[in-house]
Amino acid sequence: MAGMSGRFSTVIKAKINKLLDKAEDPSETLDYSYQAQLQNLQNVKKGIADVVTAKKRLQMQAEKLEQNVVKLDTQARQALAAGKEDLARMALERKSLAQTELQSLDSQIAELEDQQQKLTDSEQRLRAKVEAFRTKKEVIKAQYNAAEAQVRISEAATGVGEEMADVGLAMQRAMDKTEQMRARAGAVEELEAAGTFDDITQLGPGEDDIDRQLRELGQTSQVEDELARMKAELGAGEGGARGELDEGKGGA
Amino acid sequence: MIVRIMGEGQYRIDDSDRENLNALDNAAVAAAEGDDEAAFLKAFQALIEHVRELGTPLADDELEESDVLLPPADTTYEEARHEFTGEGLIPD
Repeated sequence: MAGMSGRFSTVIKAKINKLLDKAEDPSETLDYSYQAQLQNLQNVKKGIADVVTAKKRLQMQAEKLEQNVVKLDTQARQALAAGKEDLARMALERKSLAQTELQSLDSQIAELEDQQQKLTDSEQRLRAKVEAFRTKKEVIKAQYNAAEAQVRISEAATGVGEEMADVGLAMQRAMDKTEQMRARAGAVEELEAAGTFDDITQLGPGEDDIDRQLRELGQTSQVEDELARMKAELGAGEGGARGELDEGKGGA
Repeated sequence: MIVRIMGEGQYRIDDSDRENLNALDNAAVAAAEGDDEAAFLKAFQALIEHVRELGTPLADDELEESDVLLPPADTTYEEARHEFTGEGLIPD
């Protein structure tokens, strides 16, 4: 075929031939092929482990962010109950940022999950082919003279070589995705570090970097809505018991 | 003939279907060369689904060389374009 698959097939087949041509002495090809196949399987396993490690890191970050969301929500309520609306707003702004980041993390985790599954499936297919090659090689050696065996085993090796090229592509794509997410993970860790207030009463009037970023993000209306909701909840839940606060603020 | 969808496996397809495959394949290329992402994705999916529907999957332990290799089903437009510019999906 001349179209896309034609071009694609040509490129991949050239790579497979390169893969198989490494043994210069034909009599060594048989054993070399099998060794190369086993090596390739090991590499795939390493690739899967890399994806799993990257995924775990993101999962840990997501857990921390979830804790931050809960903590910031509590802090906002505490601040509001104490009549410190500015602090409550700040906590809700951070909560909103953490939630946005959490959504993005969740979709990245799902993406890595998908890559892990694809690599695991590829590894299983390659394993089956390598095993079939090992069996076939022995049968051919027993049935044919050396020259004929060479030809037949080369054919079988091409079949495995193609599977190796396939797995190679799956690995490459998985590693690209993992790398992108690793870079992002570093940025998220910085956010976590500045996430919640260690002690809300200690917070001074100055703004830090995160606060400035929050202003720029323009998440104000969402935060104001939540603040209003929280106020209503506090009002409904505590009834007359918190009358002093309301009075103190002049009916805010 | 045998068609491999990368990342998925190999399918055995009757030789009489070669023309159909060729037409679907050319449609995908035309869309990509025409810089039409939506049309490319549609044409490429049609090609992949055609192979899945008509083909019989080869067993994992069959050692056959494919006549045709297709890029992974989830190939993005960006990746496909790289393929056309000659860089190829698989690095050396």
